[in-house]
Amino acid sequence: MTEKILLKGNEAIALSAIRNGVDGYFGYPITPQSEVMETLMKEKPWETTGMVVLQAESELSSINMVYGGACCGKKVMTSSSSPGISLMAEGISYIAGAELPCVIVDVMRGGPGLGTIQPSQSDYFQAVKGGGHGDYHCIVLAPASPQDMYDFVDWGFDLAFKYRNPVMILADGIIGQLMEKVEMHPVKPRRTDEEILRDAPWATVGKPASRARNVITSLSLDANTQEEFNRKLLVKYGKIKENEVKYIGYRTEDAEYLFVAFGCSARICEAATDMLREEGIKAGLLRPVTLYPFPEKEISRLAGQVKSMMSIELSLGQMVEDVRLAADGRCPVGFYGRQGGNIFTPEEIVSEFKKFNNIA
Amino acid sequence: MDSVTDIRKPENIVYRKPALLTDNIMHYCPGCSHGTVHKIIAEVIEEMGIQDRTIGISPVGCSVFAYNYIDIDWQEAAHGRAPALATAAKRLNPDKYVFTYQGDGDLASIGTAEIIHACSRGENIVVVFINNGIYGMTGGQMAPTTLLGMKTSTTPYGRDAKLNGFPLKITEMLAALDGTAFITRQAVHTAAAVRKTKNAIRKGFEYSMKDIGLSFIEVVSTCNSGWKLSPVEANKWMTEHMFEKYPLGDIKDVLK
Repeated sequence: MTEKILLKGNEAIALSAIRNGVDGYFGYPITPQSEVMETLMKEKPWETTGMVVLQAESELSSINMVYGGACCGKKVMTSSSSPGISLMAEGISYIAGAELPCVIVDVMRGGPGLGTIQPSQSDYFQAVKGGGHGDYHCIVLAPASPQDMYDFVDWGFDLAFKYRNPVMILADGIIGQLMEKVEMHPVKPRRTDEEILRDAPWATVGKPASRARNVITSLSLDANTQEEFNRKLLVKYGKIKENEVKYIGYRTEDAEYLFVAFGCSARICEAATDMLREEGIKAGLLRPVTLYPFPEKEISRLAGQVKSMMSIELSLGQMVEDVRLAADGRCPVGFYGRQGGNIFTPEEIVSEFKKFNNIA
Repeated sequence: MDSVTDIRKPENIVYRKPALLTDNIMHYCPGCSHGTVHKIIAEVIEEMGIQDRTIGISPVGCSVFAYNYIDIDWQEAAHGRAPALATAAKRLNPDKYVFTYQGDGDLASIGTAEIIHACSRGENIVVVFINNGIYGMTGGQMAPTTLLGMKTSTTPYGRDAKLNGFPLKITEMLAALDGTAFITRQAVHTAAAVRKTKNAIRKGFEYSMKDIGLSFIEVVSTCNSGWKLSPVEANKWMTEHMFEKYPLGDIKDVLK
């Protein structure tokens, strides 16, 4: 029997990092995710696994510490919330440009600007479309529970190292603060120096006589070299789209209407789906678990099956653009959202659903 | 009389290019201090026998390509962020020698937060700070260390304190922080100065394994292209003007 304990989503991130052999965490306090670093500091993993935990002077610095650690082939991560992620945009672009693995947790709050400290999903564009400068993508995972928060850390590092690409866990204030039982999987030890050299022969940890020097850089200067690199990234993103799309369909087999929602919104839409089913309306839910790569093929398939779709988000409507692209005009696509830290109820979604579909 | 071929024997060699300096043609302008500082860093790493345990962090600025010239593992940082990368590299690999190489724009302007907090935390790293009072790479704009009255492309009538603020003596600031172990200001304009700078860099590398905090070696340098002077005139101008504001010598050494 694996152990189950009651944890906040943010605490699950911290314990998962320690138990999954993460080498370093670098962060800066910001609501609603400060429990990640607080939990790590309380647990003192440097005395057990040897994991480094450091409070940086800013998010700019913490993401660049992640950059430096990733250059050494280490499993390194940070966490923050929306305004902090904006500050990290420069570093994330460099990490993508240098093709380095790392995990970044974004526990979203309302914006723009300083915004609110309540939950939001209004940084979908920032996470999925880039956020920093240049042609790049993070792999973006959308947890919907503390258990997901726990599991996605290890999954995120697997993907990050498989593709040498930054991975973002895009949570929100609810998932960060929500307490649920979390199943603790068996502990994975930190990799040894030999294992790191095997997994990451590109790591900059000192040049032995036996190999050429390793240089981690995102600088080209020559237009053709840069274009060649950009096209190499495109090929990599193609492989990610081919292999790593993950979604969960709920009552979609015979669905005539579809909700598309991620994170906490997906859980609320699950309740709305059940309420509609009780009224005899065949609703279903598609929850993208990976936001990049986006489950466009499955949405396209369902667009040929259902009468309409609605994207339900805690934003003014961001993911809905990708849902519309995937549906490609084959069914009407509606949107309902709340902003500023307000959250919809299942009843509210049922009511908006009926309005959109002209059901009395 | 011996011919050149006759005297070219191993026992007669008094100087050779350090093995860790690559054969790549340097992009630095003739007369620039960067080449000399690169050479002495390569010599120090070679003499200490630590090539396989050294990680260099290069900046944004003229020395962005430092990784092309010294044959060690390198990480290329974003502008000003080198001390953050070095912090993680060292904490995750305490048995390695980690140094940053940064210019005045990188370290004393856009990267002030990173250097101050790396010093304040007492990171066991070495920082080599090239101060030539100008942004060389972007074509000679005002730097935080540009002297009052000095003409640059963004201070075409000379730096004016009212308009542009005062030159920043960041090295003295950093010496005031508890986490710094060794702070010195040197130059490479004479053979004697080169030797002193080399000794200071070696001391910094040695200190970085003693768990006593950060070592910081400022090298007051010339940018003859940016200053619009010949290499010889640039050395003279540096001696007459830069050293007055940025006097040479050790500022702090916790082991003395």
